[in-house]
Amino acid sequence: MTDSKYFTTTKKGEIFELKAELNSDKKEKKKEAVKKVIASMTVGKDVSALFPDVVNCMQTDNLELKKLVYLYLMNYAKSQPDMAIMAVNTFVKDCEDPNPLIRALAVRTMGCIRVDKITEYLCEPLRKCLKDEDPYVRKTAAVCVAKLHDINAQLVEDQGFLDTLKDLISDSNPMVVANAVAALSEIAESHPNSNLLDLNPQSINKLLTALNECTEWGQIFILDCLANYTPRDDRESQSICERVTPRLSHANSAVVLSAVKVLMKFMEMLPKDLDYYGTLLKKLAPPLVTLLSAEPELQYVALRNINLIVQKRPEILKHEMKVFFVKYNDPIYVKLEKLDIMIRLASQANIAQVLAELKEYATEVDVDFVRKAVRAIGRCAIKVEQSAERCVSTLLDLIQTKVNYVVQEAIVVIKDIFRKYPNKYESVIATLCENLDSLDEPEARAAMIWIVGEYAERIDNADELLESFLEGFHDESTQVQLQLLTAIVKLFLKKPTETQELVQQVLSLATQDSDNPDLRDRGYIYWRLLSTDPVAAKEVVLAEKPLISEETDLIEPTLLEELICHIGTLASVYHKPPSAFVEGSRGVMHKRLPARTGSGEGTECPDVGNAAGGSAPEAAPSIIPSQGDLLGDLLNLDLAPPTTTGPTPSTSGMQMGGMDLLGGGLDSLMDESEPLGGDIGGSPAMGAGFGAAPTVMPASLNAPVGGGLGDLFDLGGGVGMPMGAYIPPKTVWLPAMKAKGLEISGTFARRAGVIQMELVLTNKAMSVMTDFAIQFNRNSFGLAPAGPLQVLTPLGPNQTIEVSLPLSTVGPVMKMDPLNNLQVAVKNNIDVFYFSCQYPISMLFVEDGKMERQVFLATWKDIPNDNESQFQIQDCHLNSEAASNKLQGSNIFTIAKRTVEGQDMLYMSIKLSNGIWVLAELKVQAGNPNYTISLKCRAPEVSQCVFQCYEAVLKN
Amino acid sequence: MIHSLFLVNSSGDIFLEKHWKSVVSRSVCDYFFEAQERASEPENVPPVIPTPHHYLISVLRHRIYFVAVIQSEVPPLFVIEFLHRVVDTFQDYFGVCTEAAIKDNVVVVYELLEEMLDNGFPLATESNILKELIKPPTILRTVVNTITGSTNVGEQLPTGQLSVVPWRRTGVKYTNNEAYFDVVEEIDAIIDKSGSTITAEIQGVIDACVKLTGMPDLTLSFMNPRLLDDVSFHPCVRFKRWEAERILSFIPPDGNFRLLSYHVSSQNLVAIPVYVKHNITFREGSSQGRFELTLGPKQTMGKGVEAVLVSSQLPRGVLNTNLNPTQGTYTFDPVTKLLSWDVGKINPQKLPSLKGSMSLQAGASKPDENPTINIQFKIQQSALSGLKVNRLDMYGEKYKPFKGIKYMTKAGKFQALLSN
Repeated sequence: MTDSKYFTTTKKGEIFELKAELNSDKKEKKKEAVKKVIASMTVGKDVSALFPDVVNCMQTDNLELKKLVYLYLMNYAKSQPDMAIMAVNTFVKDCEDPNPLIRALAVRTMGCIRVDKITEYLCEPLRKCLKDEDPYVRKTAAVCVAKLHDINAQLVEDQGFLDTLKDLISDSNPMVVANAVAALSEIAESHPNSNLLDLNPQSINKLLTALNECTEWGQIFILDCLANYTPRDDRESQSICERVTPRLSHANSAVVLSAVKVLMKFMEMLPKDLDYYGTLLKKLAPPLVTLLSAEPELQYVALRNINLIVQKRPEILKHEMKVFFVKYNDPIYVKLEKLDIMIRLASQANIAQVLAELKEYATEVDVDFVRKAVRAIGRCAIKVEQSAERCVSTLLDLIQTKVNYVVQEAIVVIKDIFRKYPNKYESVIATLCENLDSLDEPEARAAMIWIVGEYAERIDNADELLESFLEGFHDESTQVQLQLLTAIVKLFLKKPTETQELVQQVLSLATQDSDNPDLRDRGYIYWRLLSTDPVAAKEVVLAEKPLISEETDLIEPTLLEELICHIGTLASVYHKPPSAFVEGSRGVMHKRLPARTGSGEGTECPDVGNAAGGSAPEAAPSIIPSQGDLLGDLLNLDLAPPTTTGPTPSTSGMQMGGMDLLGGGLDSLMDESEPLGGDIGGSPAMGAGFGAAPTVMPASLNAPVGGGLGDLFDLGGGVGMPMGAYIPPKTVWLPAMKAKGLEISGTFARRAGVIQMELVLTNKAMSVMTDFAIQFNRNSFGLAPAGPLQVLTPLGPNQTIEVSLPLSTVGPVMKMDPLNNLQVAVKNNIDVFYFSCQYPISMLFVEDGKMERQVFLATWKDIPNDNESQFQIQDCHLNSEAASNKLQGSNIFTIAKRTVEGQDMLYMSIKLSNGIWVLAELKVQAGNPNYTISLKCRAPEVSQCVFQCYEAVLKN
Repeated sequence: MIHSLFLVNSSGDIFLEKHWKSVVSRSVCDYFFEAQERASEPENVPPVIPTPHHYLISVLRHRIYFVAVIQSEVPPLFVIEFLHRVVDTFQDYFGVCTEAAIKDNVVVVYELLEEMLDNGFPLATESNILKELIKPPTILRTVVNTITGSTNVGEQLPTGQLSVVPWRRTGVKYTNNEAYFDVVEEIDAIIDKSGSTITAEIQGVIDACVKLTGMPDLTLSFMNPRLLDDVSFHPCVRFKRWEAERILSFIPPDGNFRLLSYHVSSQNLVAIPVYVKHNITFREGSSQGRFELTLGPKQTMGKGVEAVLVSSQLPRGVLNTNLNPTQGTYTFDPVTKLLSWDVGKINPQKLPSLKGSMSLQAGASKPDENPTINIQFKIQQSALSGLKVNRLDMYGEKYKPFKGIKYMTKAGKFQALLSN
């Protein structure tokens, strides 16, 4: 007796019969009836009418019956929400059952009932189950959070389940960890900007430990999650790689590919001369080869990914050409992919073998495959110059077979070979012409016509050949028509005497009898050209053509990098970024390969005021997208090309109007997320206030912005200071990798009272860059460009340009962390790029910062002692005189000097561009290289930055 | 994660659907059917098909398409691996994986699918955990269940699911303790006309059938572990130990499992066990062609080559054949042009051959496709790569198990080309 009996009842009163059986007193009959109901459900019959009867069977001790009823509930609860409530009590009871299997089953099933009313009842049992003593229940509950989030995201957030889920990442049981990661990853997909999966070295360590012990599926989730992490330095990335490599020997190919993704990404950070780098490269090849012996469906996905990998790192598989040879019973989709990779791996060393294979394929049965094989031969010729001759002769052999589609494909690729190696293989034209009549595909006809037109002077009967095509002009496809038009014009320009009639014929066909606007326009253009200026026509039509290169089919480098980060996903199968096709992926983050950073650099980064406790201060060249909430706002901004304003501050009102648009947008967002620091930022409406009238400002003494306007005049006054201020060396702010080839490095300087941002733009891409523009996010001191970015000439590939951008300090203000952080957006014709950098605060020290002695004394006393901070400057070998002079160059003015017991006390004052005064006392003891400095200021936040300037100025 | 699963038979009917999240209308499969229509052969349906709102990822096994529906970015390999696991489980439970078997056991199938995925996340995919949850149907159990009213759903929480060795249940007891290992190698090769090797590689597996009481800890060492440089292990194998000592150390799952699969590529010398001599000629303008084929053993390490089967797709122009085998039987299907010759065992003293003539379409030109010859064979008691197990030891339990190791070589995709 088998279950197929459940499918046999197709009588009319089926539902009625089942109803009776479900309400039967006999347990057996009940169970049989439920089974029948389930069977009908699986084949898509509607048995929802039985809902109350089935739910009645739920209160049972029989586990199988319970499971069957659960199955039914999951399917139909949506259509009968009111009825489903009836089931709630049983669920809640089951969640307290002593048997963990029942507890888990209940919480699992409840999550699958997609009815809003039920989800409310689910919260309490779920909360208990997330903290259950049995890990089996915990891991089931973790998945349930993801289910619930899918139904009602707000509820999950309100109930704090996300935090509980995050805690589960540190669970002692690896299976629970894996499921928590899986659930979080799924939830994070619908929250692109959330920090649900922010990983730190500790959590990474937890994940790596769990990786060794959890199930294969768990390993996939964990590896995919690891791939989103960016290690701090090469040592960390090496140690992660070492712990991930054993996964390459896993039997599950998805685990292997996810491990490959992690390694490919983190490898980017390793120095190439490291021994380990070479070892890792060697370790990657065997698992990739092994993937190719799996089932064809797996092979297909593997091949699509290998296609990316060989483009990024051809060295991994360069000796493995043979595994990509096609087997005759491979499915066609595997064959085509293998061919693609064969061409990518073709080199001088293996070209003979490859060609022999390709020639073999060209005689196979499957038409699509044969065509691609013939094309592949052409691509080999273009890629490996040494093989071109052999490829051409192979193609000629294939033409001799006279198999129609082979001939046509061969002609199409020979055209490309002509374009790559002009004046080398034209001797074969005669052979090609023999096959004119057999060409029936537009592409092949067009290719042949192109050849005839291009080499008209060498083909005696070119006019006859083209004329023969012309007879059926109207039946040809557009491609052929356009080509024919051009070819005949070329012929006319080469042999004007004999072909006048022909050219007139084609021009009238194209312009008068055709409905195709492209064709008509081209016809008119030629006509006009030929009739007005035949010399110009010759220059245009017979112009030298650029050589085609093999690179045409390669994936663009930035896209490739992004795809490498997505190995193993759908994106890697389609070779498109996920944002291009995944539904509902609003604001999907573009992933990038990490830049290589030495372990030293990470530790050297200055530990600047880290009060907010957010992300740790990053080294100067950081890319904004890695930062907090502001990111979303900045990303939404569209940079308008700057209006041409002069570099003088007087016109900056206009500039600010532009900024204000940005500011206003930011404000509304800012209000929700984080209130501005009242101390420095002023009111949130500040941006708007500036825009309307710069004079309307909070005039409170302590609001440092208040001095902003006054400063404008200061700038003018300070011109002509004698000594040069300290200028830090240029650093790379935006690496080319992250900005589609644009590299930006630079520094800040204060020259003659004007703050300047000195930028070096380098174009490391292949194409010309134009239309540069720059914009700042709001920052602590209201820095804003005082004029447009003066890049007047387009920036060619490998060209470098130095630009100096005058800055004003009247832009919108917002407190940044660290204080001297500046977020910059740069636009060019390609895209908008974001980076952030830190400026030395000394550039904001204005030239009239010398305080009267009395005022100094009074102010010093007036500022509460709480605002005083003390620092040590070590290893400074200047005497007090020299130090004082040096500091003056950077607008730090010594007001008085006192000597007490061999110790020089220097009193100095500094005024910042926004009117903040900083008073300093510097103690210098002869013979002691360590200075002590005390800073007093009404805005003590700036002290740290000011101290850094002291240090930088004194030591340089 | 995985949203839904549809099972489609070869005539294009959906005979089972399962949804792990909200219900996806079966009309989504129309996109699959379109792709199926476009494909020339059933196996040519592309594995990943995009539709406006979903992605369909399918595998074809036992002439059933398993079509998974996903909605968000999910690693396709994950889905494909899972689908294969579903097929393996069905096969494990029902002996065969056919439409009839699935329909016969639809309740078990549903219960299995429900246990294997939860909300699209894999839950229990290890066969021995599943078997504790849902007992496989046997005739006896079906009878017993009908009489006693008991079920084939386990009452207990599967113990293995949370232990450090999730692949093994606790409390296993056998009266005969035995452990068998089969080293099976498949050789894939392409041989050109002159008999030289274009590519040759060996795919090897070690399949185990372990029926041991308690928690045995096994170690398996090889005479020549250096051969194994490209391996995939069952999760039970301790990778550290392998890295350090080249010894397989593991607590085995209970019953049948694949311990290891490996790959010996062309860099190492792969011996070719058989050779083919052939002469196939078509004369231009004549309606006759000659066909001659001789097989012989090459490097077989003294073992006999058995179960040899030769097949070849002859050119379309061939109308019929008139051939004489020295041994075995041959058939030629004039419709599909498939020639197959069941040779049997190769006797090195008297090599098997197949000779005769082919009749071609009158007046047609010389066929332009080049036929390839596929050869299947088996060699017992020998692993072609030369891999040999040195010893098998058991720790952790007191009894003495019975141990057995078997070697076998098979032809995988073994092809000889008839052109240059």
